[in-house]
Amino acid sequence: MEHLELFFKSVFIDNMVFATFLGMCSYLAVSKKVTTAVGLGVAVIFVLAITVPLNWLLDQYLLQPGALKWLGKEYIDYDLSFLSFIMFIATIATMVQLVEIIVEKFSPSLYNSLGIFLPLIAVNCAILGGSLFMQSREIASLGLAFNYGISSGIGWFLAILAIAAIREKIRYSSVPPALRGLGITFIITGLMGIGFLSFGGMLTGGDEEEKPATKTEAVIKKEDLKEDKKEIAKNTKTIQ
Amino acid sequence: MALLSKKDTKLITDPLTDNNPITIQVLGICSALAITAELKASIVMSIAVIFVMGFGNVVISLMRNVIPSKIRIIVQLIVVASLVIIVDQVLKAFAYPLSKTLGAFVGLIITNCIIMGRFEAFALANKPWRSFLDGIGNALGYGVILIIVGFFRELLGAGTLLGYQVLGDPITKTGLYAIGYENNGFMLLSPMALIVVGLIIWVQRSRNPALVEEN
Repeated sequence: MEHLELFFKSVFIDNMVFATFLGMCSYLAVSKKVTTAVGLGVAVIFVLAITVPLNWLLDQYLLQPGALKWLGKEYIDYDLSFLSFIMFIATIATMVQLVEIIVEKFSPSLYNSLGIFLPLIAVNCAILGGSLFMQSREIASLGLAFNYGISSGIGWFLAILAIAAIREKIRYSSVPPALRGLGITFIITGLMGIGFLSFGGMLTGGDEEEKPATKTEAVIKKEDLKEDKKEIAKNTKTIQ
Repeated sequence: MALLSKKDTKLITDPLTDNNPITIQVLGICSALAITAELKASIVMSIAVIFVMGFGNVVISLMRNVIPSKIRIIVQLIVVASLVIIVDQVLKAFAYPLSKTLGAFVGLIITNCIIMGRFEAFALANKPWRSFLDGIGNALGYGVILIIVGFFRELLGAGTLLGYQVLGDPITKTGLYAIGYENNGFMLLSPMALIVVGLIIWVQRSRNPALVEEN
């Protein structure tokens, strides 16, 4: 139950992009085409699923106040938590290098399409953010940390997939010139974020059975929003 | 002899307007949006980024000839991480409540794309003094947007600036509230940050049509 709750919470309520704005840079830069967006999204899920549990172990057995007690009684007073940034980022950089090598070996086409963005995963805020939030939210066990990594990765994946799909369509609508490209993407993301706010009561209101119902309702609402926007765009075109 | 030559001045002023890191280069959005619900947090965040950028650029520029290009990302990350640890410890020591508000976002300066982006694009190819100016300029450009967004979100969302009630007291109904003004609490929610930045981009590009992108 705990796992399911954490899963839904990290995918929908605390969605990395819409609630905490993590990984916005690559989210904006790589979302022009659905195929590349999917590739990057999968890479993010993968890297998060590895680094969050790894960093959880580091945090638990090395960095937290008193974490060194497995070394002996005299180490119990040590507090190395100020080192966590440097330890986390080192773990992440190493893992990303590893992923890069593996992808280059097994899927050259994916490697080509991701191009320079793969090294940028190391500086994708979503990855470090995953580890830092794991630390500040005090995730209780290794299993939960793994779950947290995967589910926040899935949340990020959903977000980039949705925006890439919308951006592919928006090419056919007439956006005011000054808003083209970046501006309209920001505003759409804001609207999607408002849509995602409606997931807020998912875990607190109603019984367990109603969960899927609330979810689909909100999804439909979001799709309606999209449809409406397309409709408006079409109308403006005909008027012109 | 002026302290800054014309070319050097351009390094600082360019990122403030036509080459702004947030609205044009699309770097460093993550932290820009998350902490701008209050003006104070935006200002502190800008100062932290100015510090990290300026010194980080100098350090990388000094080491540019000895860093093997294969492991440069890791080296850069370690440099930034060390600087950010300094910022974090200083904040925890002198402004504990504020460091609680900023929370994980101080740590996220490490992965602020502006910093890595400027290391890659500028510091690795230029002398320390110029890199320092470039760092300061870009961090200022980042700070300007942060402060604009923070200003509007705090003013319209909570009716305060830096914690002072500038529009009157909403409970005793003084100032603007006396004539029926209401705070727009929606401005404090996260999606509005995106929309405010979107509007800033709109204004900027309408004033300077050369910046308009193709669809």
